Amino acid sequence: MTQILMPALSPTMEEGKLARWHVKEGDVVKAGDILAEIETDKATMEFEAIDAGRIAKILVPEGAEGIKVNAPIAELAQDGEETGAPPAHAAASAQAPPTRSAAPIDPGSPPGQVLPRSGIGISSREIPAGAEFVTMTVRDALRDAMAEEMRRDESVFLMGEEVAQYQGAYKVSQGLLEEFGERRVIDTPITEQGFAGLGIGAAFGGLKPIVEFMTFNFAMQAMDQLVNSAAKTLYMSGGQMGCAIVFRGPNGPAARVAAQHSQDFSSWYAHVPGLKVISPYFAADAKGLLKAAIRDPNPVIFLENEIVYGRSFPVPKLDDFLLPIGKARVVREGAHVTLVAHSISVGLIMEAADVLAKEGIEAELIDLRSLRPLDTATVVESVKKTNRIVTVEQGWRVCSIGSEIAAVVVEEAFDYLDAPPLRIAGKDVPMPYAANLERMALPSVDDIVAAAKAVCYR
Amino acid sequence: MARAEATAAAESEAELRPANGQIVDPAALDRLKKFYRDMLLIRRFEEKAGQLYGMGLIGGFCHLYIGQEAVVVGMQAALRPDDQVITTYRDHGHILACGMEPAGVMAELTGRATGYSKGKGGSMHMFSREKNFFGGHGIVGANVPIGTGLAFANRYRSNGAVCLTYFGDGAANQGQVFEAFNMAELWKLPVVYIIENNQYAMGTAVSRSTAEVQLYKRGASHNIPGEAVDGMDVERVYEAGQKAIQWAREGKGPYILEMKTYRYRGHSMSDPAKYRTREEVQQVREKYDPIDTFGARLVRAGVFREDDLKALDREVRQIINRAAEFATESPEPAPEQLYTDVLK
Repeated sequence: MTQILMPALSPTMEEGKLARWHVKEGDVVKAGDILAEIETDKATMEFEAIDAGRIAKILVPEGAEGIKVNAPIAELAQDGEETGAPPAHAAASAQAPPTRSAAPIDPGSPPGQVLPRSGIGISSREIPAGAEFVTMTVRDALRDAMAEEMRRDESVFLMGEEVAQYQGAYKVSQGLLEEFGERRVIDTPITEQGFAGLGIGAAFGGLKPIVEFMTFNFAMQAMDQLVNSAAKTLYMSGGQMGCAIVFRGPNGPAARVAAQHSQDFSSWYAHVPGLKVISPYFAADAKGLLKAAIRDPNPVIFLENEIVYGRSFPVPKLDDFLLPIGKARVVREGAHVTLVAHSISVGLIMEAADVLAKEGIEAELIDLRSLRPLDTATVVESVKKTNRIVTVEQGWRVCSIGSEIAAVVVEEAFDYLDAPPLRIAGKDVPMPYAANLERMALPSVDDIVAAAKAVCYR
Repeated sequence: MARAEATAAAESEAELRPANGQIVDPAALDRLKKFYRDMLLIRRFEEKAGQLYGMGLIGGFCHLYIGQEAVVVGMQAALRPDDQVITTYRDHGHILACGMEPAGVMAELTGRATGYSKGKGGSMHMFSREKNFFGGHGIVGANVPIGTGLAFANRYRSNGAVCLTYFGDGAANQGQVFEAFNMAELWKLPVVYIIENNQYAMGTAVSRSTAEVQLYKRGASHNIPGEAVDGMDVERVYEAGQKAIQWAREGKGPYILEMKTYRYRGHSMSDPAKYRTREEVQQVREKYDPIDTFGARLVRAGVFREDDLKALDREVRQIINRAAEFATESPEPAPEQLYTDVLK
């Protein structure tokens, strides 16, 4: 008997839903037959048989959610094997490599519940008292933000590769074509420099484009337009032109996609005057800041994270939830060491803080949320209290966000420091493909814990 | 007084009945006169800019439009006020043709607070929101997707406006130009691409940089119609412009006009001009100069007398001299301007 396993159908997939079985027990299948429809974090896909045989047993019912990659979903009897025989050791139908264990999915809360405000990425000053929360993925929060702004302002439109008919390469634009039509949800050719420039021109012409890069790796092709055209034209024209445009998409290392598809560009964009740069972690920030970005009269680079898209967090249930651009937030208060991060690294410092707490070290956690303007005041204020700081990011360390923060802390809070600032960052190499090397190339909870203990001299 | 009026009336009568006996309608006559004056204004402006550069009053890069005046003047006359214009860094002629004052343009060249970009853009970054002139872009080819995006906004709003997107023979080889062509035709955007082929991309002749030297064919693989135009003849430019703009305005998509033109001066002020002979430049100047040939034609047709041309030249020189005075006497931007206009 051969086990059919839950397949990994995308680089970041950890679990999925068995949407529909196309076979039933007793059916004879041959290689290439469609066995089932699997719904991943990105799309619903058909799953084909690799081997011929008879479906001996279906182990996972139709509609079951949260099935882990590599979990057995059915048994296949081959070449005269009888039903009920012990399963073979080989996994025949799903040759997915074991996926890299990412940070665990943060537990959500049931919809409609009023949540405590600490530790969930919600600042009490930003949410009215008594607001209800719903749990949603970062992906859905981003989609809702775009949909709300498109309903509100007819000049807002979305363009990019696969945003319309395909429903988004990462499913972020799911349903927008159906609601807004092809005039406002536009599939572009694969032509980053061209459609980035076209978007900028449309913004000069008074529209408010949201330009999706399938990933920011491909935005390198459009870098000239982003820096030379979007960021500088207001200044060069003595304030006449301006460019209300959002460039958004996933940024930073994904999983197992190697060097050209796995890079964090945060510090590249944060370097450029004339841009605003946002890189949220929590779903509420993703929503409130994307809405603010769409309304902002300036070019905004909105850096999302592919691995974070599927994570669920509470989002306030408000008609029009906007957050200020350029404000960091203290996610958790602590007295002994300040840990600063943005995007997916916020998840890492939260985990590290739990480990440190068990050893009696109370870490204060800061989510930068915006990288330009960079809210160094919040960081400096924290360091004046804790006297120690560790920065964490996925990008390379040379000229990194951490470099900038370390420099500002040394300039503005030198006398308060009890230890040199430490920077945890991606290793100074192109991203390797091999699972073990990739793990080594990225910051880990252990790295952060070790650095935090080092600056505490523990 | 009465006599003077009578003389003026007789003169305008003469204009309506030029030497060849053909009756010209007054609007067309006014247009011909305006062509001449607008080209002359750009020529004199650029000569003065060259002079001020030599005196150290204009800095950095300064790309003069001398020789190419017929292109922008002819095209501009075919536009509606709500149409848009975008071009590259050789942009003095374009902002003047849009109707902005020489003084404000010259003050931008000298880096003064009274320049149209408050002295922060300089020669390559002229803009006028008022006249729908969207610059003034320094990266070769980058303005082409942007102009296509302005056309996209027109189509999105169904406002009937057309965007004129100018670029040079050098930019025609940039990849993003083809990316823009593709989307423009795919989405039938109202954009007219004007390739100002002045024969040299900086110092490299078209034949040394370009496999197919007939640049109007550049849209062929995208099904964009293209046409070569004598860019030294303002009337031919105007006619071609009208046709192309109408095509775009009717929703048929983009149109390419390759303007065969010539620049007399160097690519910029620091051009050693080793790539062509003086004789070549002289020959074009003598035989094909867009202003001289057109002026002679107007005189032959009786639209202007030689004296009129001289009077016009005096008037234009005066305007340019006043602009130069304004540009050299205006104050530099206030120090606090360093930090303004970075963000809205």
